[in-house]
Amino acid sequence: MTRARNKVALVTGAARGQGRSHAVRLAREGADIIAVDICRQVDTVPYPMPTEDDLAETARLVEETGRRLVTAVADVRDLDELTGVVDDAVERLGRLDIVAANAGIHSGGVPTWEMDDQMWQDLIDVNLTGVWITCKVAVPHLITAGGGSIVITSSVAGMRPFGGIAHYVSAKHALMGLTKTLAQELGQHHIRVNALNPTQVDTPMIMNPLIYQLFLPEDPEPTKERFAVASQEGMLLPTPWVEPGDVSDALVFLSSDEARFITGIGLPVDAGVLAK
Amino acid sequence: MKLAGKVAFITGAARGQGRSHAVTLAAEGADIIAVDLCAPLDTVGYPLATPEDLAETVRQVEALDRRIVARVADVRDTASLRAAVDEGVAELGRLDIVSANAGILSSGSTQELTEAAWREMIDINLSGVWRTCKVAIPHVIAGGRGGSLILTSSVAGLKSYPNVGHYVAAKHGVVGLARTLATELGPYGIRVNTVNPTQVDTDMIQNDVMYRLFVPDSLHPTREQFAAASRATGLLPVDWISSRDVSEVVLFLASDAARYVTGISLPVDAGATLR
Repeated sequence: MTRARNKVALVTGAARGQGRSHAVRLAREGADIIAVDICRQVDTVPYPMPTEDDLAETARLVEETGRRLVTAVADVRDLDELTGVVDDAVERLGRLDIVAANAGIHSGGVPTWEMDDQMWQDLIDVNLTGVWITCKVAVPHLITAGGGSIVITSSVAGMRPFGGIAHYVSAKHALMGLTKTLAQELGQHHIRVNALNPTQVDTPMIMNPLIYQLFLPEDPEPTKERFAVASQEGMLLPTPWVEPGDVSDALVFLSSDEARFITGIGLPVDAGVLAK
Repeated sequence: MKLAGKVAFITGAARGQGRSHAVTLAAEGADIIAVDLCAPLDTVGYPLATPEDLAETVRQVEALDRRIVARVADVRDTASLRAAVDEGVAELGRLDIVSANAGILSSGSTQELTEAAWREMIDINLSGVWRTCKVAIPHVIAGGRGGSLILTSSVAGLKSYPNVGHYVAAKHGVVGLARTLATELGPYGIRVNTVNPTQVDTDMIQNDVMYRLFVPDSLHPTREQFAAASRATGLLPVDWISSRDVSEVVLFLASDAARYVTGISLPVDAGATLR
């Protein structure tokens, strides 16, 4: 497992879910890890967000691989805070090669015109501006390292709409624009920039009543079992969702030299949702 | 008259594409609700519209014998926008068409952009479009006659350009917003599309910020140098397009000629999307 040997990777939203999976997989591939998470609730998010205990569990799993790790509680919406955290961690680990801009939230379940301003703003701030801030903070270090890979977590919602989550679809579409612009600007520095476009992933951001309700609007008390049936209907492959590790597989590929001439793309990990 | 008896709400209506849309739709019989910020912005490096510009839009619409309600309003402020559209609908009786056109341009490489420039761009060119739709849609639904929302994206909503990452992100976001709205509003007979122009001959384009973007190697690029660089982004032999070219597409999307067109992004780009 050497596809990221001696590299250093920054993962945002690393306390659990896809972020934790990315951190552990990159560590198993030989990378040292900078794991960042907000570890507290955002008011308009209706499911529990991760805690510092979750981030500690990510740290434990990374340390089991024998790789070095720096963890930090930081908010991707706060440029100064994230700059301090990343600059300090890069100094301790020596360099930065890989960025997984993964931190994201979900809310909604209301028509676009009934969404309140704070719900829209929180989601745009975290899922769009937070990714930009992550890149802004990381890029100078990647240039210093002489190249690298940025993987931005968009979504199938970055390529097609879903009713009831206009803010999420808008932010994830916007990330496709950001990805392509960064790819254009950073190609000269041997920095590749790509997006991942996952479908529903088995994480706490998805496995909660908000998402169940989105998929089962007529169901007064939707269960995980009924959500599985509804979710599966969107896929070509016989699965109701994908696992965090499936997304990490794509992330490791895009971050490795196997993808050395791949830049500016959006890679769906979607069990066929976009083709259906 | 393709829009006889209809009412259209247009943001960024004081000049440029917005004024052209107002006059074009009015000439086809629509009454107009026109809003514009009419004030400068911190991170925008060219002069923005003035109250006098908005007054000129009013004059041109009234010269066509159409009614117009014009207000100074900020697409970043839901309350001011809602007040403007509510007053317009109260006076003009209904709302059928929305042209979410207000937008700004600034520049800088993605990692060098200031936080203020990023946030002002996202707040106006993406969230401002959402707020425009949010305050307008209840009126269009209440009419019970369907309607048409035309969101102004850009070629930059379909492909990227360096040194305007915030603009490209916002314009891609607008495409996602339009697609979502099309999904949600289809059952009401309300269509939602984007128009995706290339460089349009307006004050947002004809200024030093844009000239330097297109002619980065020149310290003081001229209009002629910009024209050559701008022409090279398209397939057709034109330096840029006119506001009227975009208005024609807005009119098509607003009219019954496009009654089964929804959820699309329509480039008016002289072929730039293929370059």
